[in-house]
Amino acid sequence: MQHSKIQDTLVGLFVAAGIAALFYQALQVSNLGTYTSGETFTVSARFQNSGGLKVKSPVSVAGVKIGRVSSISLDKETLESVVEMKIDSKYNNLPDDSDASIYTSGLLGEQYISIDPGPGLSGAFLKNNSKIENVSSAIILEEMIGKFLLNKANQ
Amino acid sequence: MLNFFTELGSATREAFGKIGRGTFFLLHALSGFGYVGLRPRLLLKQMYSVGVLSFLIISISGLFVGMVLGLQGFYILSDFGAEESLGVMVAASLVRELGPVVSALLFAGRAGSALTAEIGLMKATEQLSGMEMMAVDPVKRIITPRFLAGLICMPLLAALFSAIGVMGGHMIGVGMLGVDDGSFWSQMQSSIDFRHDIINGMIKSLVFGFSATLIALFEGYDCLPTSEGVSRATTRTVVNSAFAVLGLDFILTALMFGD
Repeated sequence: MQHSKIQDTLVGLFVAAGIAALFYQALQVSNLGTYTSGETFTVSARFQNSGGLKVKSPVSVAGVKIGRVSSISLDKETLESVVEMKIDSKYNNLPDDSDASIYTSGLLGEQYISIDPGPGLSGAFLKNNSKIENVSSAIILEEMIGKFLLNKANQ
Repeated sequence: MLNFFTELGSATREAFGKIGRGTFFLLHALSGFGYVGLRPRLLLKQMYSVGVLSFLIISISGLFVGMVLGLQGFYILSDFGAEESLGVMVAASLVRELGPVVSALLFAGRAGSALTAEIGLMKATEQLSGMEMMAVDPVKRIITPRFLAGLICMPLLAALFSAIGVMGGHMIGVGMLGVDDGSFWSQMQSSIDFRHDIINGMIKSLVFGFSATLIALFEGYDCLPTSEGVSRATTRTVVNSAFAVLGLDFILTALMFGD
């Protein structure tokens, strides 16, 4: 009987340790600790070229992440890339003449959308389903190298 | 020539016969869940011998695998000046692949072989027939608790393996090689997704636990009741579990991560 009690305790400790390991992974290893499932609103922007941007790429203002890209599709009429992003609803005071640009973090890092707040001339803010008109496309490294080489060759 | 065809035919029949017996065995074992639910002490005893006794080998292996990943990853990543991504590399390889797979292989070697030998010997010494004589169903009484114990313990062991491995990688990367502590964790947290990586890893280990335990129990139950038969069954358990785990891992990885 005594032996069985020790066994019970050890099994209990084992199960507790396993569950603790799972929690450790959830909070320390993965992004669940910073995950917010709060309210979001959707904003879209049209780019000539969205480069290596992916669904779930970050959207940031002044380097702070405020949302994620939710879909990327091609407009069949204009052949432009339509990028929709979900932005945390607490950031509801972005002027509607803000610029959206696609940047790369580091030389070889992943691409993200940076929103530069505009002067707010109209006084309106970005809200659900608004469109960002001022955009600058992704910088494609190969195009830049190609242009640079062409310039060199012309000189 | 005729002999060859006779042997081929009997080998084929034997192979399909084994699959059929295995399926009936699985269904029989599953039908004992209610029986074990009424007698939780049977399950607890098996969780002790399958899970608690495997804890040490799993945690020490996890620590060393994590430490090796830290070292190897650092040497490769520092060639590209990307040491800060060490945390991502260690955590992604542990959580997605090495945690479930290596702990399942260790589990097959440590617990699976023991299960086969135990049940094979029970069969050889006619303990199973003895139970039947007493109108006790040996599958429900002996097999089901062990099966359930394997099913419960495997994901827990894999979680422990990954968690301890990440700590080992952190110890080597940050403590010994001087990777920045903040970027080690923040890059890891920004690229490892809870549902996509950790939950999928857990599903993998559940599948591996199911197949490794089923193979171990079936080989023991189906072995020739002689000392040689038990020894062969134990070998088959380890070999077949390794094949099953690695083959299933390929299929599961293709299904889960090939977006």
